[in-house]
Amino acid sequence: MKSGRLLTSVVAPAIALIIAFGFAAIALLLVGIDPLTAYKEMWVFGTTPESLIITVNNAIPLFVSALAVAVGFKMGLFNIGVEGTYLLASLFAAYVGAQISTTPVLHVTAILLVAVLVGAGWAWIPAYLKVKRGVHEVIATIMLNYIAFALSAYLFLNVFRADTAGLTIATDLIPETGWIPSLTPLLAAIGIEVRAGANLQGFLIIAIALGVGYHYLVNKSRFGYDLRASGINPTAAHASGVDPKKMIIRTMLISGGLAGLVGIAPLLGFYHQYPQDFPRNFGFNGIAVALLGRNNAVGMAFGALLFGFMQRSALILDLRDVPKEIVTIIQGIVVLAVVIVYEVVSKYVQRRVIASAAAATDFDPVTSAEAA
Amino acid sequence: MSTLVDRYRKADRGVRVVVIAVAAVLVMTLAELVTGTSDLTSRSTASAALRLAIPILLAGLGGLYSERSGVVNIGLEGMMISGTWFAAWGAWMFGPWEGVILGVLGGAVFGLLHALATVTFNVDHIVSGVAINILGLGAMRFLSSIVYTPETGGSVIQSPPIDGLPNIDLPFLAGGQLFGWNSPDFFGWLENLELFFLSDIAGILRGFTGGINWLTLLGLALVPITAWLLWKTPWGLRLRSCGEDPWAAESLGVRVLRMKYYGVIISGMLSGLAGAFLVLVQAGIYREGMTGGRGFIGLGALIFGNWMPVGVLGGSLVFGFGDSLRFRGPEVVRSFILAVAIGLIAYGAYSAVRSRLRAAIIQIVIGAAFLVYYLQVVEVSNQLLAALPYVITLLVLAAASQHLRMPAADGARYAKGEAR
Repeated sequence: MKSGRLLTSVVAPAIALIIAFGFAAIALLLVGIDPLTAYKEMWVFGTTPESLIITVNNAIPLFVSALAVAVGFKMGLFNIGVEGTYLLASLFAAYVGAQISTTPVLHVTAILLVAVLVGAGWAWIPAYLKVKRGVHEVIATIMLNYIAFALSAYLFLNVFRADTAGLTIATDLIPETGWIPSLTPLLAAIGIEVRAGANLQGFLIIAIALGVGYHYLVNKSRFGYDLRASGINPTAAHASGVDPKKMIIRTMLISGGLAGLVGIAPLLGFYHQYPQDFPRNFGFNGIAVALLGRNNAVGMAFGALLFGFMQRSALILDLRDVPKEIVTIIQGIVVLAVVIVYEVVSKYVQRRVIASAAAATDFDPVTSAEAA
Repeated sequence: MSTLVDRYRKADRGVRVVVIAVAAVLVMTLAELVTGTSDLTSRSTASAALRLAIPILLAGLGGLYSERSGVVNIGLEGMMISGTWFAAWGAWMFGPWEGVILGVLGGAVFGLLHALATVTFNVDHIVSGVAINILGLGAMRFLSSIVYTPETGGSVIQSPPIDGLPNIDLPFLAGGQLFGWNSPDFFGWLENLELFFLSDIAGILRGFTGGINWLTLLGLALVPITAWLLWKTPWGLRLRSCGEDPWAAESLGVRVLRMKYYGVIISGMLSGLAGAFLVLVQAGIYREGMTGGRGFIGLGALIFGNWMPVGVLGGSLVFGFGDSLRFRGPEVVRSFILAVAIGLIAYGAYSAVRSRLRAAIIQIVIGAAFLVYYLQVVEVSNQLLAALPYVITLLVLAAASQHLRMPAADGARYAKGEAR
C-alpha cells in the first residue's frame, strides 16, 4: 500500500514533467532550436542566487492560490473563482492600507484582515447560490470571475485611483508601516550574499505558516475529517452527522479567505500600491499547481516552486532568440499530463493491490467471476 | 385581464416566446419615447447585437453537442482561442475561407484533446477543461512568437491585419443584390415610414437581414440543423442517450465512447468557428485575449437556454444585445435601464394578477430600484456594463436553476463495461 501511494504521488508528476518537457522539446525542434541547449541555458540562469530568490517570490502567490483551490478540492468543491477573488481583495487591501496609518505590525495585520474578509465575502456568493439555489459552483465562480474583473476595473478607475497625476495609474501608496519587510538582510546575516534588486519577500513566512496550517486543518482536525469524508462519500458523511450545507459554506469561506491573500505578497512586498497592471493569472495557475501537487501541502510547494522557476528561467531564452513562450506550453501540458498520468497510474496501482490481495487469499477474481 | 393571462399560459411555447419578444420591443419603444433617443431599437443596434451574438451562439451550440453527449466542457474558451489563432493564420497565409476551415480544425484539435482526457482516460471533466484553457492560451502565444515576427507586421500578441469576409444584404428583405439586380428593401422602407412600434420592429429586422455575413447565416442555420440532428435523427438520439444514461445506452448497443468523441470534437469545431468569426468578421486581426471570455458566455447561454438549441439562440441574443450596449453611448444605456425598470414593474403586475404576491413585491421593488437609478445616474460605466452577461447568467441560474434540466449524466465518469 505504502509503495502504491508513493508511486502515485511522486512518479505521476515526474512522468508528467518528462512528457511536458518532451513535447516542448519537439515543438522547439520543429522551429529549428536545439532543446537541450535551451534547457541548459534555463538551468544555468535559473540557479543563480538572484534567480532562486525570484523563483521563491514567484512561487509564493501561486502556493497560496493552490492552497485556496485545494481546500475546496478536498471536499469535491471546485473554486475557479480564485482569480477574480484575489484581484478584488488586493484592490480593497491596497486602498484601505493607504487610508490608515498605525504601528507597523498592526497596519499589516489590518491589511491582511481586509484581504481575507473581502475574499471570504466574495466566495460566500457562490457558496450561498449553491446551498440555497442549487447553482453549480463551477459555473457561479466562472461568472463571478468576470464580474470581479469588471467590478475591480470600475472601482479602480472611478473610486480607488489616486488623484495625483503620476506616470502610472495606481492607488495611493501604502505608508511604509504597511509594508512587509524583505528577508534579504536575514539571508545576509546567515552568510548568503545577494546582489541588490533581488529581495526575498517576507510574506514567505506567512505562506509557510498557511501551508502548515492547511496541512493540520485538512489532515489532523475534526473539520478536516468532515471535509475529506464529504469529498469521498457525501452520502456517508451526511449519514454520520455532517451537515453538507454548512460544510460547503465553511469550505468556500476558507477558500475565499485564502484566495484573498494571494496578491498580498507582491502588494506589500513589491508594489506597495495597486497599479493598473497588477499581476494576473495567479488564480488560474494556482489550479494547475494544486493539481500538480495533488492537494498535498508539500507537493503544492514543489509545484509552485517549479512554476516560479520556469517563469524566471524563461527570461534568459529571449536573449538567446528562443521564444520564452515555450514555458507556457510546458505549464499547460504538465497540467493535462499530470491528471491523465495520475488516472493511469492509480488504476495500475489498484489493479496491483487487487492482484496481491487475490494471491494472498488464493482467490482468482477472473475465474470466480466466470464461475458465478 | 385574467382570461388573457390564462390564454397566454395555455399557449404553445413558441407563441409565448413571440409574445415575450414583442412585449420586450414594446417596452423598449416606450422607454425611447420617454428618453427621446431612438437607438435602442434601431437597425444599427440590432445588427451589432446579432454580430456580437453569433460567436456566443456558436460556442453555446458547441457546448450543447458536448454536454448532450455527457461531457462537461468548460474548455470552450481554450478551443475558441485556438480557433481565433488558426483562423487568422489561415486567412493570412491563404485566404479568408481557408481561415474559416483552419479555425474549425484548430478548435477540433483541442476538442480531440479534451475527449482523449475525459472519455479515454476518465479525467475529471472540469479539470481537463481548465487544463485546455491554460494550454490553449499558452500554445497560441508560443505559435504567435514564432509566426508573427516583427518582419510580418505582427507581434507576440497580434497577427498582421488580414482580409475579413465580405458582408451582404439579403435580397427582398433588405435590398440585397440578386445576380446584379437591386431587389426592394422591404424592412428599410417600413422603418423609414416612422410608424409607432411597427417601424421599430422593422428596424430590428432590417438590422438582422442587412449587412450580414455568410458566417452569420451559417451560425443561425446551425440552430435548426442542430435541433434536427439531435432530436430527429437516430444519431442524435444515440448521442443524447449517452448524456442521459450511458450505461443504458451501452446495453442497447450504442457505442458510447465513440458518440462522446463525436460530441466533444463537434464542440471543438463549433468553438473554433466562433473564434474564426471573431477574427474574420469582427476584428480583421488576431489579438491575444480577443475572445474575452466569450467561450464562458457561450456556456452561460447554454445554461440560460436549458440545454436546448433555440434556448441557446435566445440566450446568445440576450447576451449579444447586452454586449452591444457598451458601444452605443450613454443615452442608449439609460433608455435600456428605463426599459428594464418598466419591464420588471410590468412583470410584477403580471405576478400580482396570478396572485403570487411575494414574487410581485420583489419584482416591483427591483424595478423601482432601476427606476431610481435611471433618474439619478447620468452615465453608466462601461466597466460595469462589461459584467452584464455574467450577472444575467447568475441571476437566471439563481432564479430558475430548479426549472433547468441538464442532461442527467452530464459530467459523469463512464468506463466501457463497468457498473455505474
